[in-house]
Amino acid sequence: MTGDIFFDLQAASAGYDGRPVLHQVDLQIRRGEAVALMGRSGAGKSTLLGLLYDQRPRDIALVPQASALVKPLSVFHNVFMGRLDRHSTAYNLRNLVWPASQEISQVSQVLAEVDLAEKIREPAGALSGGQQQRVSVARALYNGRPALLGDEPVSALDGVQGAAILKLLKARHQTLVLVLHDIGLALEHADRIVVLEHGHKIIDQPASTLQARDLVGHFGGAS
Amino acid sequence: MRLTYARVSCLLLASAFVGVLFADLEVTALNPWADLRRLFIGIVTPDLRAIDLWSVIWTVSFAVVGVALGSVTGFGLAILYPKSTAIRRFALIIRSVHELFWALLLIQVFGIGPLTGVLAIALPYAGIFAKVYAEMIEEADLAAVRVLPFGTSTISAFAFARLPEVAERFKTYTLYRLECGMRSTLVLGFIGLPTIGFHLESYFKQGRYSQAAALLGAFYVLIGTRRLWARPAAVPFLIVFSLWALPASIGGGSTMANLVRFLGHDIVPLPLRTGALLDPATWMALAKWFWAIFTTKIIPGTWQTIVLAQIALVAAGFLSLVLFPLVSRTFLGPIGQTTGRIVLVVVRSTPEYMLAYLLLQVIGPSMLPAIIALALHNGGIIGYLLGRHADSLEQRRDAPSGVELYAFEAVPRMYGQFLAYILYRWEIIVRESAIFGILGVGTLGFHIDGAISELRFDVAVVLIAATVVLCAGIDWVSRKLRGSLKIATLPTRLAEAAGAQAFADKTFADKTLASTGAAR
Repeated sequence: MTGDIFFDLQAASAGYDGRPVLHQVDLQIRRGEAVALMGRSGAGKSTLLGLLYDQRPRDIALVPQASALVKPLSVFHNVFMGRLDRHSTAYNLRNLVWPASQEISQVSQVLAEVDLAEKIREPAGALSGGQQQRVSVARALYNGRPALLGDEPVSALDGVQGAAILKLLKARHQTLVLVLHDIGLALEHADRIVVLEHGHKIIDQPASTLQARDLVGHFGGAS
Repeated sequence: MRLTYARVSCLLLASAFVGVLFADLEVTALNPWADLRRLFIGIVTPDLRAIDLWSVIWTVSFAVVGVALGSVTGFGLAILYPKSTAIRRFALIIRSVHELFWALLLIQVFGIGPLTGVLAIALPYAGIFAKVYAEMIEEADLAAVRVLPFGTSTISAFAFARLPEVAERFKTYTLYRLECGMRSTLVLGFIGLPTIGFHLESYFKQGRYSQAAALLGAFYVLIGTRRLWARPAAVPFLIVFSLWALPASIGGGSTMANLVRFLGHDIVPLPLRTGALLDPATWMALAKWFWAIFTTKIIPGTWQTIVLAQIALVAAGFLSLVLFPLVSRTFLGPIGQTTGRIVLVVVRSTPEYMLAYLLLQVIGPSMLPAIIALALHNGGIIGYLLGRHADSLEQRRDAPSGVELYAFEAVPRMYGQFLAYILYRWEIIVRESAIFGILGVGTLGFHIDGAISELRFDVAVVLIAATVVLCAGIDWVSRKLRGSLKIATLPTRLAEAAGAQAFADKTFADKTLASTGAAR
């Protein structure tokens, strides 16, 4: 199922303003793996995602923390943004002012998968937190890059919705690294679980060899 | 010495006190009260027949075309503003020269005509727009920029992830600037452009206050109804109409020949024009020429400018502290709200230059009219903004009221913001003080106006440069002071506070809710 090494971090360290956040982390992720990244807040998960992104920005769709939508623009535009690099600037600007019908139909297909098709014309800022998060997911799906990096992509959704979204992401993207807080979702959907604590990697095992009680102790937000 | 609120306040007070010792504050009019009475009678008996429709249309046209050109240019500059020092310097220089000085210079090239009026607005406004737009872009929420797929073109990234976040603020600010543009075009009328100001000047001079009051009333209506006619959807129509309506040029001859003569001859320092460039004597003469300007014009002009500005600044400060409870709902409830609105409309529609001109007719030539005009205008603006700030302060349930609320809660809690506004307006007051020289006060503008009327443009350009340096210096000191007092940010800008005031109370409440929601 898994292939060649896709991400390769060796003794990676990082910090902000001289304050170290990651210490000598080794992490190899193979093509086709779905990795759940866990740990308390401040453990260095987002920093680690940033390092992975820098390794191959061309192959990655992002679902950032807090959705990062352009709130005055419509849901359509926010999803369309996932492919700005694949059209000419003139075509992009044309769609900003007057969306092409083929783009609308493609975007609404993606939105249907996250159950938001009827919101396509609404400004993103008018949606609830959970809906905004699903728009952010739709943008990544529409982007369609082989790898997906998600920073708590389902944190604002309930368990059932979250599970459906994770399934969808796994079906569409070959390689996934997801920061998750829900232990149940992580065990169920990830092939492999990596736990960070104070910038050190303390667990890195296949999900099938782990149980919820192995993780609870390292992780504040146990459910 | 560590800077504290008290020390900075004392320094400003002391500077004004020294200023008063040297300022010419005489009332020289023989009978100011009679003139004031005639002024008052004129205001209550406006003569509507005096409203010249074309002057009203031209006031709008110059403003619309000038502000539109300035905003488009400023937008282009704003994109490069954070990256390029050259662009920042260029924007600083063009916005540091007042529109009246621009007009006085441009008249030499384009004559009294549409191009002079439009460019006199567009040039300084482009510099202001560049700075403010760039600040707005910088302050915007840019989380979405980082999510864009790798390889997205710069223009697409700007249009999708940055522009929509700032479009609303751009719109509010640009339309507010249109109002400023109309004030500026009115003032340009005082030096000959065919706007409302042109007629106002002659009516004031002749003491025909009923006619002046009607014209001024028309201008107030124009500003007061701005939100009804200057809507975003109407902007293309306004621009086309304004371009069509602009008056034809009056005299001036060949523009190109004028431009070449002006740049190649008129503004070249006299010794360089007449002497050989390789002759050391030419450069000695240049040094002498400059030294003469420096000692006889720049030094006394700068001194007078600062004297006027310091007195006006402190007077405006006192006025604003007296005024703010009167425009605040916290202190006066619905009455405060109404007075607030009136103060806002008057302050926004009355150019201080015109006010100074009017007072000059009544009080007679001295520094007093300029001080009163600057203090009223700036005191009104700061007082209004402080009132808004007072209304936004959270009051504890058992807070005192009336004088106790003023002395123990409002003023102490807002004093930092008060100083921030005062220091922020300092540079603006210095620039206006320089301008008021055109009215006869001995500030830098007096010497600039003199040099221009003697057709010594080389001298005028040196003096305008001196004004720019003075304003930049004051701006630098003001920023340093605000920085060390840690009051660098302004809680409310006039453009935005006023936008909120114009809507009904409900919208105002919604906005407050929305902003507290966003803060959470």
